[in-house]
Amino acid sequence: MRLAAVLLAAASVVVAAGAAKAQVPVKIGVLNDQSGLYADLGGQGSVWAAKKAVEDFGAAAKGLKVDVIFADHQNKADVGTSIARQWYDVDGVDVILDVPNSGVALAVSGVTKEKNKVFINSGAATSDLTGKACTPNTVHWTYDTWALANGTGKAIVKTGGDTWFFLTADYAFGHALERDTSKVVAENGGKVVGSVKVPLNNADFSSFLLQAQSSKAKVIGLANAGGDTINSIKQSAEYGIVEGGQKLAGLLIFLTDVHSLGLKTAQGLTLTEAWYWDQTDANRKFADAFAAANGGKRPTMVQAGVYAGTLHYLKAVEALKSAKDGAAVVAKMKEIPTDDPLFGKGEVRVDGRTIHPMYLYEVKKPSESKGPWDYYTLKATIPANEAFRPLSESDCPLVKKG
Amino acid sequence: MFELIGIPPQALFGQLLLGLINGAFYAMLSLGLAVIFGLLNVINFTHGAQYMMGAFGAWMLLNYAGIPFWGALVLSPIIVAIIGMVIERTLLKRLYHLDHLYGLLLTFGLALILEGLFRRQYGSSGLPYNNPLPGGTNLGFMFLPNYRAFVVVASLVVCLATWFVIERTKLGSYLRAATERPDLVQAFGIDVPRMITLTYGFGVGLAALAGVLAAPAYQVSPTMGSNLIIVVFAVVVIGGMGSIMGAIVTGFGLGVVEGLTKVFYPEASSTVIFVIMAIVLMVKPAGLFGTAK
Repeated sequence: MRLAAVLLAAASVVVAAGAAKAQVPVKIGVLNDQSGLYADLGGQGSVWAAKKAVEDFGAAAKGLKVDVIFADHQNKADVGTSIARQWYDVDGVDVILDVPNSGVALAVSGVTKEKNKVFINSGAATSDLTGKACTPNTVHWTYDTWALANGTGKAIVKTGGDTWFFLTADYAFGHALERDTSKVVAENGGKVVGSVKVPLNNADFSSFLLQAQSSKAKVIGLANAGGDTINSIKQSAEYGIVEGGQKLAGLLIFLTDVHSLGLKTAQGLTLTEAWYWDQTDANRKFADAFAAANGGKRPTMVQAGVYAGTLHYLKAVEALKSAKDGAAVVAKMKEIPTDDPLFGKGEVRVDGRTIHPMYLYEVKKPSESKGPWDYYTLKATIPANEAFRPLSESDCPLVKKG
Repeated sequence: MFELIGIPPQALFGQLLLGLINGAFYAMLSLGLAVIFGLLNVINFTHGAQYMMGAFGAWMLLNYAGIPFWGALVLSPIIVAIIGMVIERTLLKRLYHLDHLYGLLLTFGLALILEGLFRRQYGSSGLPYNNPLPGGTNLGFMFLPNYRAFVVVASLVVCLATWFVIERTKLGSYLRAATERPDLVQAFGIDVPRMITLTYGFGVGLAALAGVLAAPAYQVSPTMGSNLIIVVFAVVVIGGMGSIMGAIVTGFGLGVVEGLTKVFYPEASSTVIFVIMAIVLMVKPAGLFGTAK
């Protein structure tokens, strides 16, 4: 009997020691568009970025056993939510990353809260993720519609573009972008004279461009993304919109879109991004590693955001020594200041918004560019405290409680 | 100045013209589909991918071989047609005696594979292709880009020439006869399998030609075809499967209807064609120009 007790005690010591050494399992799921119009700006590049973050964090040495898996949500909210449920319920995924497409992102955010996991968004734009649809389980890392409106919208109104006509993608993202930009235009003394809601994935914008042309607005705001933006810009050149004296405002343009348009068509566009590869040595280092692994492409801000978000998430898990309670991990992420090579120092705010500077760029002329992917000139830096929607204007319930 | 349902007449003319331009693409694509279905009885789901290959072909010819748009306009459809004929000879041919469904599955699978290959190589956001005919003419009621005017004219010429060859020439009569009774036509010493291969090649070439025409106007991306092909199938169904003139007339007609929807109720512009399809199928199940077999 006594012997048994001694053995038991000894065994429990061994078990305890074993537990202390046992690694904390973490499973990361990158859920994004792998095959459609947003596959270039996120896609496999985001998966690579998440893996790179795990590697750079030195997860294994810090007692975390991290797995990275990925899936294609096909830009469909129902596909996205069913993958999220499968991942959380069956596959033991602790955190979902990226999720471009605001419609899918809002749906995944809901599932994540219900299952008490973590959702770190990089790819989607809608500011509702940290606004009226905010949850204690969601972090929005890279950019949002408010920041885009505040960057590009304000810059254009200030240079005299005070009447606007919107071409708006007819879903959650486009609506949010139009709403946030209209507000900025109005606040800065401008006026919105009209808008047209265009179905997603429309190939021909001629009709909408003519409507914009006949509105006589000084600025045509493109509240769309990806292929829709590319087609709008390409076709506006055909219809002589810019020669006619109107200005195009691409409210969300990614590096890959500029690459696809070519500088000849894209030159002179003003755009807002959270990150550009050729801005700091740390960015260039990341971009070189990215290019080596991804056929020479340069990373977008979305992919950089996945990297930084993963890094910060792992820090929080390391501090808690567990990834199981999603709300607790996010609370920890909000407690620890953010600090990473790509986005620098900042914070995750109470509403889930990551705060960092945003940048206003202008697309170079073909003659100014040194080669593929050398596309932007920095026009202005929007400091972190002005880049995102202030908490005083927030309609996030988490903010009102505090 | 009078206004029609809130739209000034100038704007209305402009939108009608734009509808015609879009209709030109629908007409050319649905024409190719109709030719292939009419003569081969194959529902060619690879059509969208072949349209995409036409556009990429133009890009590749320009960037790898320095051949400008006008050369690509001829070369790219020929190259894509040859690839199509190889597919017909090696794969499709084996399915003629089976149900339509097998041909549909094969061509759909091929389309997915082709799209995947191009996406892997060139990415999903597409490639730049410059406009060969910049500038335009001010028609008073709208600014008509030169290139768009060229597209409408080119498409009309191609469509009518195709119709003429199939319906009014001896070659066309062989083709039509081979569709009805291949055994009899073969008995007259005509090489029917070769004719079928060439017909498939021609239909595919039409898709690729539409692709080249689309390259300067639309984004050249791997998914450009799959976004368009569903609409084109609706056009073919509305026009009547296999009807040549039906495909041409409905192609242009639906382009105009869609164009008008973009003014009056833009949110519905991506669905209006399917609504029309549903109505036509209820009233005339064989399509507007089709005859029930």
